[in-house]
Amino acid sequence: MSLIEILIITLIKILIILTLTLLTVSYLVYFERKISAWAQNRLGPNRVGWEGILQPFADVFKLLLKEDIVPNKANKVIHSLAPMVALFVAFTTYAVIPIGPNVQIFGYDISLVVADINIGILYVLALTSLGVYAITFAGWSSGSKYSLLGGIRSSAQMISYEISMGFSIAGVLLLSESLRPIAIVESQAGWMWNAVVQPIGFITFFVSAFAETNRLPFDLPEAEPELVGGFHTEYSSMKFAGFFLAEYANMIIASALITTLYLGGWQIPYIEKLGLADWLVTVFQVGSFFIKVGMLLFFFIWIRWSIPRFRYDQLMNIGWKVMFPLSLINLVWVAVLIMIFN
Amino acid sequence: MIIEYIPIFVVLIVAIGFAVATVLSSGIFGPQRPNSEKLSTYESGMTPVGSTNERVSVKYYLVAMLFIIFDIEVIFVYPWAVQFQNLFGEIGISAFISMFIFLVVLELGYLYVYKKGGFKWD
Repeated sequence: MSLIEILIITLIKILIILTLTLLTVSYLVYFERKISAWAQNRLGPNRVGWEGILQPFADVFKLLLKEDIVPNKANKVIHSLAPMVALFVAFTTYAVIPIGPNVQIFGYDISLVVADINIGILYVLALTSLGVYAITFAGWSSGSKYSLLGGIRSSAQMISYEISMGFSIAGVLLLSESLRPIAIVESQAGWMWNAVVQPIGFITFFVSAFAETNRLPFDLPEAEPELVGGFHTEYSSMKFAGFFLAEYANMIIASALITTLYLGGWQIPYIEKLGLADWLVTVFQVGSFFIKVGMLLFFFIWIRWSIPRFRYDQLMNIGWKVMFPLSLINLVWVAVLIMIFN
Repeated sequence: MIIEYIPIFVVLIVAIGFAVATVLSSGIFGPQRPNSEKLSTYESGMTPVGSTNERVSVKYYLVAMLFIIFDIEVIFVYPWAVQFQNLFGEIGISAFISMFIFLVVLELGYLYVYKKGGFKWD
């Protein structure tokens, strides 16, 4: 393929995935509000469009037409930089997540991933680490006590859980022998899903993903009852929308990562034995990826309304005294498994 | 191959463009009617007291330092993890034992921090 062809194909892929992410984010917010309403026995949004189906668009336009307030005491440059960093991280990480096997379109062999690079997992780790900066910048630059407290707590939380996350991924790498996300998916053929082979690693990664995306029960950076809005107390208009968008996009990315690393990615066990046409298999596989991601997203929302928020000391205790040793045990467990079965 | 990384650069450029456009759009479409009350720091309706340029508890720095130590440990584990099946085929169980010793040495440090009360939060 020539350079021009690669560029065009990449741009088309980015356009498709960007639209898909933005649509999913809008409707994730809608479903979160609906599911919250069901959990609390109320109605939820039902005024804009049929059953409130157009609510996300109304919200976006409302935020777009609001005044952008930058408080006097804020550091103006960093105050606007923070939502940019959050959005940048949220909309670059998806680039290495494969949503399906290679397909043939118009004679081109196209992989269903924006960038098929051999350091995919390192790329994801590097970018998610940058996410800490967005919240720290926002908390520090706002000049508000609530923001500062939220920002400091949040950076401590995110870096603590990054370690157990890193060790859990090392367990996956032992089996896949590669940092390429596609190779990781292919190493989980049949029922050899990593969630089955290394359940401890699956749980530690899952919990760390909740902490990294600042979702309840780990939503200390926001903690409405005590910190007002946490790190985004002083944000309004599209800057607030940026943080909001980034949080939900991060949830989608976390679910997609869990699917890729532990739930076999796009694979359906033994589907090739059914003797279906190739294109039908591909459609089912891509569909199964989205169903897995959707179920994980539902789980994220479900947990939010089932478990109360942790206190700061409980959160750090779980991170350093439970998750970190567990992820180490998982690493040794997988290495021993490999030595027994090789 | 550098050509595999071209999509990454395109993604980075698109993401920067998207982020900047989103943040700038609020200044273009929204009204701008600032006044001193609106621009003061939010403190639940009270007049703001004191500043935020205060000292931060040393415990947060401790977390940051521990993070650096153990996160670098993770990075040392990755190349070993990727090559482990090859190494085990070539040199047998010593591929496992050498990494195990490395982890034990660092976990002794972890136990030391534990005993010293580095993991106590209140």
